[in-house]
Amino acid sequence: MKFDVMVDVRLRGGIADPAGATIERALPALGYDGVAGVTVGKTVRFAIEATDEAEATRRSEDLSASFLTNPVIEDATVMVTPADGPTGDHA
Amino acid sequence: MATAVGVVVFPGTNCEMDAVAAVEGLGGDGRLLWHGDEDLTGVDAVIVPGGFAHGDYLRPGAIARFSPMMGAIARFAADGGSVVGICNGFQVLTEAGLLPGALQKNSGLKFLCQPTVLRVESSDSSLTRRAAVGSELLVPINHFEGNYTCDAETLARLRDEDRIVLRYVDNPNGSVDDIAGVCNEGRNVVGLMPHPERACDELLGSADGAVLISSLLDAA
Repeated sequence: MKFDVMVDVRLRGGIADPAGATIERALPALGYDGVAGVTVGKTVRFAIEATDEAEATRRSEDLSASFLTNPVIEDATVMVTPADGPTGDHA
Repeated sequence: MATAVGVVVFPGTNCEMDAVAAVEGLGGDGRLLWHGDEDLTGVDAVIVPGGFAHGDYLRPGAIARFSPMMGAIARFAADGGSVVGICNGFQVLTEAGLLPGALQKNSGLKFLCQPTVLRVESSDSSLTRRAAVGSELLVPINHFEGNYTCDAETLARLRDEDRIVLRYVDNPNGSVDDIAGVCNEGRNVVGLMPHPERACDELLGSADGAVLISSLLDAA
């Protein structure tokens, strides 16, 4: 089966986020008041073949921990959903 | 025989010839090493130079650490070989787990290219053994992600074990505890954000980096 994976990478709590802080500081000047807690991360999307959702999740989490994130400064949330439409030999 | 210093080249590395020139200007033998190879035969010390290995995609150093040469360097370091990572090379060594911590975006979100004054904090490392503790060196920085970060426990260990080898006198990038360079437990692997190889000749505005590169040649 094919699964769509989205990995949401963000800085760990306590790690300075200069990009988020800069955006937050700019907001009042643009007329957006009352916005707080701006953080900047990144999203990595990919498709993965696996026998079931549990395997897709396990392999994606492993990939995320070993490569997509640096555990010294980053955390990630891995979201796995079955891909739409037929999979496999459907050409 | 001249000390042979291998200088690693990844796709996107751009400071390799500066490193070779500095090594050779100080009497060493600089040799380029392609990241896809893994042969360190005849190499006495390794420099992982600056640049943008693999375009710095994902994170600086994140992809470079999977190159075959990095496996060879890890084994070389485990055997006591001297390894120095400069700028992007420092980022590569932290990603590879050869040095603790990580390099974050500069606190001011600006790419910084300027001379900085470094204070030598420990002369017990492969890069600083010739330098006097407390001496100040004028060495340029050239980075966007040079803000050294680590958890409190790691920082305490680095301090207790005298592994912060260089500090900024006037912290330009937000690095925790003004850290410009650290070494591993064995003191043979050193990473620093400033570029000593660009300060080995008075023509370049400073020759203060020579004491560091000379230390590496001695250490090998």
